[in-house]
Amino acid sequence: MTSIDHDATPGSPDALRPILSVQDLVVHFPVRGRGLLGRTTGTVHAVCDVSFEIYPGETLGLVGESGCGKSTTSRAVLGLRRATSGQVLFEDQDLANLPPDRMRRLRRQMQIVFQDPMASLDPRLTVYEIIAEPLRIHGVHKEDRHQYVAELMRTVGLNSEHGNRYPHEFSGGQRQRIGIARALALEPKLLVLDEPVSALDVSIQAGVVNLLDDLQRRLGLAYLFVAHDLSVVRHVADRVAVMYLGRIVETGECEELFANPAHPYTQALISAIPIPDPRKERERRRIVVSGEMPSPTDPPSGCRFRTRCPMFADRLDDAQQARCRQETPELAERGQGHPVACHFAEAVPVL
Amino acid sequence: MSTAATTGEEVLVVEDLTVSFPTDDGLVQAVRGVSYRLREREILGIVGESGSGKSVTSMAIMGLLPRSARITGSIRFRGQELVGLRESGLNKLRGSKIAMIFQDPMTSLNPVHTVGYQVAEAILAHNDVSKAQARRRAVELLDTVGVPNAGQRVDSYPYELSGGVRQRVVIAIAMANKPDVIIADEPTTALDVTVQAQVLDALRTAQQETGAAMVLITHDLGVVAGQADRVLVMYAGKPVEIGDVEDIYYRPRMPYTLGLLGSVPRLDASRSQRLLPILGSPPSLVNLPAGCPFTPRCPIAQDRCEREEPPLVTVTSHPHRAACHFSQDLAGVRPHDLFTSTSADARTEDHPGRPSAGEPTGEGDLP
Ligand SMILES: Nc1ncnc2c1ncn2[C@@H]1O[C@H](COP(=O)(O)OP(=O)(O)OP(=O)(O)O)[C@@H](O)[C@H]1O
Ligand SMILES: [Mg+2]
Repeated sequence: MTSIDHDATPGSPDALRPILSVQDLVVHFPVRGRGLLGRTTGTVHAVCDVSFEIYPGETLGLVGESGCGKSTTSRAVLGLRRATSGQVLFEDQDLANLPPDRMRRLRRQMQIVFQDPMASLDPRLTVYEIIAEPLRIHGVHKEDRHQYVAELMRTVGLNSEHGNRYPHEFSGGQRQRIGIARALALEPKLLVLDEPVSALDVSIQAGVVNLLDDLQRRLGLAYLFVAHDLSVVRHVADRVAVMYLGRIVETGECEELFANPAHPYTQALISAIPIPDPRKERERRRIVVSGEMPSPTDPPSGCRFRTRCPMFADRLDDAQQARCRQETPELAERGQGHPVACHFAEAVPVL
Repeated sequence: MSTAATTGEEVLVVEDLTVSFPTDDGLVQAVRGVSYRLREREILGIVGESGSGKSVTSMAIMGLLPRSARITGSIRFRGQELVGLRESGLNKLRGSKIAMIFQDPMTSLNPVHTVGYQVAEAILAHNDVSKAQARRRAVELLDTVGVPNAGQRVDSYPYELSGGVRQRVVIAIAMANKPDVIIADEPTTALDVTVQAQVLDALRTAQQETGAAMVLITHDLGVVAGQADRVLVMYAGKPVEIGDVEDIYYRPRMPYTLGLLGSVPRLDASRSQRLLPILGSPPSLVNLPAGCPFTPRCPIAQDRCEREEPPLVTVTSHPHRAACHFSQDLAGVRPHDLFTSTSADARTEDHPGRPSAGEPTGEGDLP
């Protein structure tokens, strides 16, 4: 397995330098009126001032509900989406200013695994062809391609004799393994995993989660793990960033964040996840958010969560509420043990 | 926990229901003998892998299967046989006495009418009230199920609403019909967790206010743990375990149930605990081999399991039944006693329940 082992294991000098650094990332989409030449009528504030770092060999979980901007963030990281402002640095190199050939080489170092394995695999290609495609495009492993692909298949737990089969002959979990093998082909340092197990049954999902865990340890990979399922994220992530309406509202070490969430949104999110234990589940206290996610074309002033925030509604006085309306809370350390973007942050164990 | 389960009158009795579909590949045996009894006010959770026949069972009850479907067995609603009943008879029950809530609320909503109109229609169908009264009642119902600003939302069209609000509108319509049974098939699967919590509350409210019994189908073991009185676990078209919710979660007696419980990542478990997948995948429902369909994935399977499909039999107390030749041996057994934390994909013949050499394995084997 040596040929696909990497040297960037945690603890090596490389581990001190982030592999990926995102700084003040902003992504806006224009909203156009009707018709082909419709004029721009507004702006979707999809991602707003998002900053984070990922170190070699670690997993950052990016979580939040639909429309919070997590997928847009991951696409901007991969250069698939243009940033309106801000920077994405891969090993200190700014993606935006790279000449095309450098960009091409850098692209090999970060790969993506999508949610729907069927939609991302070409049904007309055999599994061998699917996994070998990036090798062909980049002209690598010409001599030992068959051997190397077989090795990749074994690495992800597939039978290497099944290379001549087509995607539809595999189960959902196996297809996701094919997607992972393909992503590993160019020996990337970073994998962006966008809801990689959401489409799978739990009994199958567990095997893929374990596989990602093993690959990370063996190959020293860094993961940006984007998901809405907090129980999965808690299982795989070293650190977590929680997004709401385009902004990171809280971030910290996984264990710490789940034990002491300090943002009312994180608290609500964690308390809403059902636990598969009837007695515990029925005794839990839920922190309920009211209403619905506001439109990202017209996000609330000040704190974007205030319109649904149970603390804002139930516990803050007029002056405090005015502050939430007027002043955008910075993502900062506020004595809660980790950065949180709430003027009145207060760690509350909800588990 | 399940007082309703033992006291109420039986409203729905399903007996040895089978459903098969003739296809080009052969006969798909989607449901192979489902039986359950549902009492007034009781909530029965149905769990199982994708394709295990949860939806087809419910569609059979609702009479919504395509004509090609072959159905045998019996479905009795308050004593009335539904299998073989003519369209007109079913239409009277469907939507009113038995309400169905689907994953996609647009399945039930009419895109060209306001939601208020659609709730009011249901009210007018069952009550002798004026249109103005029906509208007022519609606003009340929308408010009851937690639709924000119900007074304004009543005039919205479905496309103007979010998925969570649409689902609550569907629940309000179901309430207006005063059903005896609500069948909810993955009602919150497409929703975000905070919205899921709101919709589950709405369902609970609807079920309690109407006194209906409920069948809650979901792949989410956490949702069932919080809602159901009793649980039915399905595998390859058959119930493999049924019992009170606590029996199923704390005293499971079928390896598949144990496997499901071991594979879910849970917020209350230690983070470092590896997940325990079930190796392999469910069988094809065309030409199912003899024997227990879980055999190829089962860590305790014996020769007998390949030959004989075990019946669903009582484990200890009457309501708890399991379909496994070795269920008596599973007393006190927990998932990690049976399953390993492998990352491999399929079982290999010579090392049952263990990944083969050379494949990625559990943490202990890593360099
Ligand atoms: N009209 C049909 N013709 C042929 N096969 C069908 C038809 N409808 C359903 N099936 C098959 O019946 C089996 C049971 O399907 P069903 O939809 O009940 O599963 P389920 O348990 O609800 O799964 P999920 O969790 O994915 O919703 C599947 O193998 C499915 O492909
Ligand atoms: Mg279904």
